[in-house]
Amino acid sequence: MSNRRPYVRSMDGWWKRDPYFIRYMAREVTAVFVALYAIVLLFGLVRLGQGEAAFNGWLQYLKTPWMLVFHLIVLAVFCYHTWSWFNIMPKTMPIIFMGGKRLQPGTITGTGLAASVVACLAVLFIVRGMS
Amino acid sequence: MAENEKIIEIEVLRYRPEQDKEPVLQTYKVPFTDDMSVLQGLQYIKDYLDGTVSFRWSCRMAICGSCGMMIDGKPKLSCKTFLRDYYPGGLRVEALAHLPIERDLVVDATDFVTKLESIKPYIIPKEPRALEQGEYLQTPQQRDMYEQFSSCINCMLCYAACPQYGLNPKFTGPGILALMHRYNADSRDGGQAERNELGYADEGYWGCTAVGYCSEVCPKGVDPANAINQNKMNSAINYFTRFVTPGGAGK
Ligand code: SF4
Ligand code: FES
Repeated sequence: MSNRRPYVRSMDGWWKRDPYFIRYMAREVTAVFVALYAIVLLFGLVRLGQGEAAFNGWLQYLKTPWMLVFHLIVLAVFCYHTWSWFNIMPKTMPIIFMGGKRLQPGTITGTGLAASVVACLAVLFIVRGMS
Repeated sequence: MAENEKIIEIEVLRYRPEQDKEPVLQTYKVPFTDDMSVLQGLQYIKDYLDGTVSFRWSCRMAICGSCGMMIDGKPKLSCKTFLRDYYPGGLRVEALAHLPIERDLVVDATDFVTKLESIKPYIIPKEPRALEQGEYLQTPQQRDMYEQFSSCINCMLCYAACPQYGLNPKFTGPGILALMHRYNADSRDGGQAERNELGYADEGYWGCTAVGYCSEVCPKGVDPANAINQNKMNSAINYFTRFVTPGGAGK
């Protein structure tokens, strides 16, 4: 008979074990906020379909103090979301060569972040031009 | 030993299946010098303080991959980690996380080795080639496509870093999937279809949620997270096209 009795450790609370796992979980949680905000925007679209008054009502609602606080929180969360996903993006891409040199992970992350900043500024610009 | 000798406390997670119901911590006071690795600290314990402490090692130069353990909670090679970096606080060593403890710091590697064999970790030539035809040629760039993934030393640190493997040991896991990619990405190899069956399965690439810690702890710069995640696109394309292409691999 074998005296082997391999011991399997519990995974309870695994995500608290390492700061790296906490950052990972934070990244995953930001996706919930993205979904939440998509619902807010979708609601706006429904109100738009119901006519001008309904849409303006929705706009007014967004300006209430609670909604402003919500937006500030969401802004911070989205910034983390953007950073964390572009940070992992190089891992999702095949090895790319440009001019005989390997494209570095930092370049991929940097390009992604720059593109999102440009996209945000462009949207701001367009909205400013319309109002 | 030199006169400027210091003493460091090493806490070892002990597990002796014949007497311990569960792992217990035991502390040893170890004299050390600045050039001593954690592995050497353990060897001092075994030689002078307590001969019953079990751990694996061989090369003591970060190439055999046998001395991996949790050092203050991080998966590390104990021969590549220095005691001086934990002084004066002391350190705790435990068997690699997510793997069953066989005894003290020794883990059961059966699962890893079985998976390693299952992925056909060797070149399956694209076309048969007679000896007279000479060697297979490869450009430096073709080599670069797999070279980093071929540096794996099977140390299993990435398994200790992977919560998905800890939660579901059926997941093929970072190191083995990186090795699978190493052969698939080799221009001389033609075994992709055979290996993709495992890679495209639920326990294959899709078991990974891009935590990314495996790549952080890998002592050889293999970047298993990259090897895995760059395959998800092909796997997804395969999933949607397998109905229209005869013989499409994977489930
Ligand atoms: S990929 Fe890196 S961490 Fe994982 S087994 Fe290979 S060498 Fe070790
Ligand atoms: S003893 Fe060989 S890798 Fe540490």
